[in-house]
Amino acid sequence: MWSWVGHRITGVVIFIFLLVHVLDTSLVRVSPEAYTAVIGAYKNPIMGLGEAALVAAIVFHAFNGLRIIAIDFWKKGPKYQRQMLWGVLALWAVTMIPFLIRHLTIVFSNFFGGN
Amino acid sequence: MSTNSIASPRSNSAQSPKYKRNKASHSSFEMFAWLFMRLSGVVLIVLIFGHLFVNLMLGEGIHAIDFGFVAGKWSDPFWQIWDLAMLWLAMLHGTNGVRTIINDYAERNGTRMTLKTILYVASAVIIVLGTLVIFTFDPCPPGAVIDLPSFCPVP
Repeated sequence: MWSWVGHRITGVVIFIFLLVHVLDTSLVRVSPEAYTAVIGAYKNPIMGLGEAALVAAIVFHAFNGLRIIAIDFWKKGPKYQRQMLWGVLALWAVTMIPFLIRHLTIVFSNFFGGN
Repeated sequence: MSTNSIASPRSNSAQSPKYKRNKASHSSFEMFAWLFMRLSGVVLIVLIFGHLFVNLMLGEGIHAIDFGFVAGKWSDPFWQIWDLAMLWLAMLHGTNGVRTIINDYAERNGTRMTLKTILYVASAVIIVLGTLVIFTFDPCPPGAVIDLPSFCPVP
């Protein structure tokens, strides 16, 4: 049940981000200055943490989506749905740890390293 | 179900004691939409994980993203097609997901119609805008001076 709630909430969050992401990327069609100015406004630790949360939501939605497919199409899927949820959470952690180390290092070293 | 569980949407409750919606149509649209979510979901995992890996993990990561970075990618048809497929599949997948949520929770017919109209208009605008940007984009716009990719002629 909570995986279902989580799937819906992460889905809506990702969709709202996607609308904004297409709009800001569309600024490349206005001018290099406009695009780089808006992207520059994202380059701070607050947005860096927001990006980390967004990726966390995407990775959960992706792996839980594969679990939903397994429940729907695999004969033993419904029987093992709970075990597969632990698998989703384990894969999520395994994916997020290297990503967070890499992304947060970039975000914080560039912001506090000053350039 | 235990007392702290969440009631299924559109189930019997104090607010909606019995199902009042129209009878199901004979169209196979909902079956198609259900299948589309699963097929597009698998493709989107490849497209989005690739997108995130190239843009956030390789090179300088997110710090390297500026006009020149985008221009460099979209001067290559491979990334144009990649991003076009990602745009269309993600928008249709997301629009259908939000459509399902509206259908579940907006109980009044008028509310449902209004919310879905807003959703469809917003989605259509974003899909058309994104498609036009990918294909009408000039990596070396005349008059621009900052953050141009290295292959642009020196002004």
